[in-house]
Amino acid sequence: MDLNALVHGVPVSWYLVLSAMLFAIGAAGFVLRRNIITVFMCIELMLNAVNLTFIAFSHELKSVHGHIFTFFVMVVAAAEAAVGLAIILTVFKNRSTLNIDEVSTLKN
Amino acid sequence: MQNLWIIPALPLLGFLVNGIFGRKMPKLMVSLTAVLSVVLSFAYVLFVLSSAKSLDQPAVEHYFTWIQSGAFNVGFDYQVDKLTAIMLLVVTGIGSLIHIYSTGYMAHEEGYWRFFAYLNLFMFFMLNLVLAANYLLVFVGWEGVGLCSYLLIGFYFTKKSATDAGNKAFIVNRIGDFGVALAMFLIFITFKSLDFHKVFALAPGKPVATLTAIALLLLVGAAGKSAQLPLYVWLPDAMEGPTPVSALIHAATMVTAGVYLCARSSVIFVHSPAAMDTVAMVGLATAVFAAVIGLAQNDIKKVFAYSTVSQLGYMFLGVGVGAFSAGVWHLVTHAFFKALLFLGAGSVIHACHGEQDMRQMGGLRKYAPVTFATLGCASLAIAGFPFTSGFYSKDAILVAAHAHAPWMFWVAVFTAGMTAFYVWRAYFMTFFGKYRGHGHPHESPVSMTGPLVILAALSLAGGFLFNVPEILGKMFQVEAEGAEAATLTYISVAFGLAGIGLAYFLYVVNSALPDKIASSLGGLYTLVYNKFFVDELYDVTVVQPTVNGSRTLLWRGIEHYVIDGVVRGVGANALNIGGVLKHLQSGNIRSYATWVVIGGAVLLILMGVGGFAFAGGVR
Repeated sequence: MDLNALVHGVPVSWYLVLSAMLFAIGAAGFVLRRNIITVFMCIELMLNAVNLTFIAFSHELKSVHGHIFTFFVMVVAAAEAAVGLAIILTVFKNRSTLNIDEVSTLKN
Repeated sequence: MQNLWIIPALPLLGFLVNGIFGRKMPKLMVSLTAVLSVVLSFAYVLFVLSSAKSLDQPAVEHYFTWIQSGAFNVGFDYQVDKLTAIMLLVVTGIGSLIHIYSTGYMAHEEGYWRFFAYLNLFMFFMLNLVLAANYLLVFVGWEGVGLCSYLLIGFYFTKKSATDAGNKAFIVNRIGDFGVALAMFLIFITFKSLDFHKVFALAPGKPVATLTAIALLLLVGAAGKSAQLPLYVWLPDAMEGPTPVSALIHAATMVTAGVYLCARSSVIFVHSPAAMDTVAMVGLATAVFAAVIGLAQNDIKKVFAYSTVSQLGYMFLGVGVGAFSAGVWHLVTHAFFKALLFLGAGSVIHACHGEQDMRQMGGLRKYAPVTFATLGCASLAIAGFPFTSGFYSKDAILVAAHAHAPWMFWVAVFTAGMTAFYVWRAYFMTFFGKYRGHGHPHESPVSMTGPLVILAALSLAGGFLFNVPEILGKMFQVEAEGAEAATLTYISVAFGLAGIGLAYFLYVVNSALPDKIASSLGGLYTLVYNKFFVDELYDVTVVQPTVNGSRTLLWRGIEHYVIDGVVRGVGANALNIGGVLKHLQSGNIRSYATWVVIGGAVLLILMGVGGFAFAGGVR
């Protein structure tokens, strides 16, 4: 059983379930965790869960649209990671904390 | 085209000039504007009437379409026929005299320009009322004169009693105007038009019940405007206004608008015997009732006010028994002698430095001879002294009443005796005996006595100079033709002379007797002196329940709880819901994210359930 057959043997729903699980983990992490780095990684996780869905459908439908979207998401995620990490570094420098609940000066 | 619009336009112009610029203008300019606008209007009326070929058929002038809505079409139309011609002459003629008189009477008053502006506005609306060629335009004048009446009664607006009297007149008139408005609705439903010529052409073919309803509703309006039972209560109080106003509006012109409306709608009335009887009964009852009250009044203007109510009752009696032209005749002669009585009373009040109580007067014939002589003429005329103006018109009504029902004649002629008595009582109390007041009484200036003399001449000679029934001719379809009965004339003259004689005996020869009679009558005198407590009765039965009902039910009940409750409830609920919802806006990104997740999950579940349901439905 070569790789191609393996890939073809996996129904699309498996990819979707995996993607949903990844997204749920990411969402749960985003909502529940306090560490800003973890939250950041959870966002990446959700983005990649979405990417996986795109790819799965792209393969299933024999369409290139999903690939294009994925590239877009990756570009945005890369830019976001650059800006986001810079913000995190600055916050840590100024506040000496990574707990996002303590970074709420704008709230009031 | 005779350009009838110029007649009311002139006083309107006077009103605009005086109303806008009067405050800054010198008094002379104000008087000139006011007097000239009315005198010119009078001159133009004379010109129109002299150049008109025939007034038998109303000449309608259409200026523009005023209201056009579906089948409802009302034009701004004026017309002139004989009835209008007579009213025009009375309104502008008497109006001119009273304007001239006012320049003297009001000379020292505050708000001189305001007074003349209102007076000119009144002339405009009154002329509009008599010139209008459809009911709606009449109603414009009708409401307008009511407004001016209100403004002028409350002219001394710093005096509480004057503003109260103005309010009373306005509110009581609202009841009457309600009747006129309903009558117009009914006329439009019945005839599909408010134009006089269309309505009167179609009226004979309509059911009697409808015509009766219209006539009775018009009578409600007429009773309000012309101070008939049971709506007469505002007129005596209206004497709070300046005396020229009482003469012009509350004696000569405005209060006769009701009589004019009935005479104008004669076609509707003659086709409804029940309405005619009601008019006659209301008129007769008012004539008697007001005359009895007039017997015991001590304020000179109140005496003449009740006399006006009583004489208006006569006019309605005339209209009610089918003698329309006799009613209009009495309207004209009454305008002469009652305007004179009021202007004379004004002159007396002027002479006595504002005193209105006749017990504080007396002996004025020495001090104010012109007033004495002219008021004498008016008093003769109202008493129906032979060959004075009042003699002719009152006699015409009495004869017509006798032809209708003899008992009405007897009641009316007895009332005529009472009229003669109380007017001459006032005359003797004012001019005979010794002066009982303070200060030195003096005669009035020429601007005041001049109009008095002219009106005195008209009061004496106006009856045969203006033989109204002859002028009107066959204008009214059904005219009660009272046979010329000399006996009836002798009886009415005898009653008039008896009234004068009794007044002379009681107030000149034996002036201690009236008080004894009054005290011996006791409760009866108190009843009459207090005007049968009608005002108090209305206060208890109508005014207080209305006021209290409004206060407790409408204000504290409906407004406070229902209307305010709804408004407050809406506000409070918005606040409560907002109080719950504001917890969502925590400013915490993760709580927002939680809501997004929950929302997404709910959406997914719904889509899943719905999708299965949909798929199941298809299958």
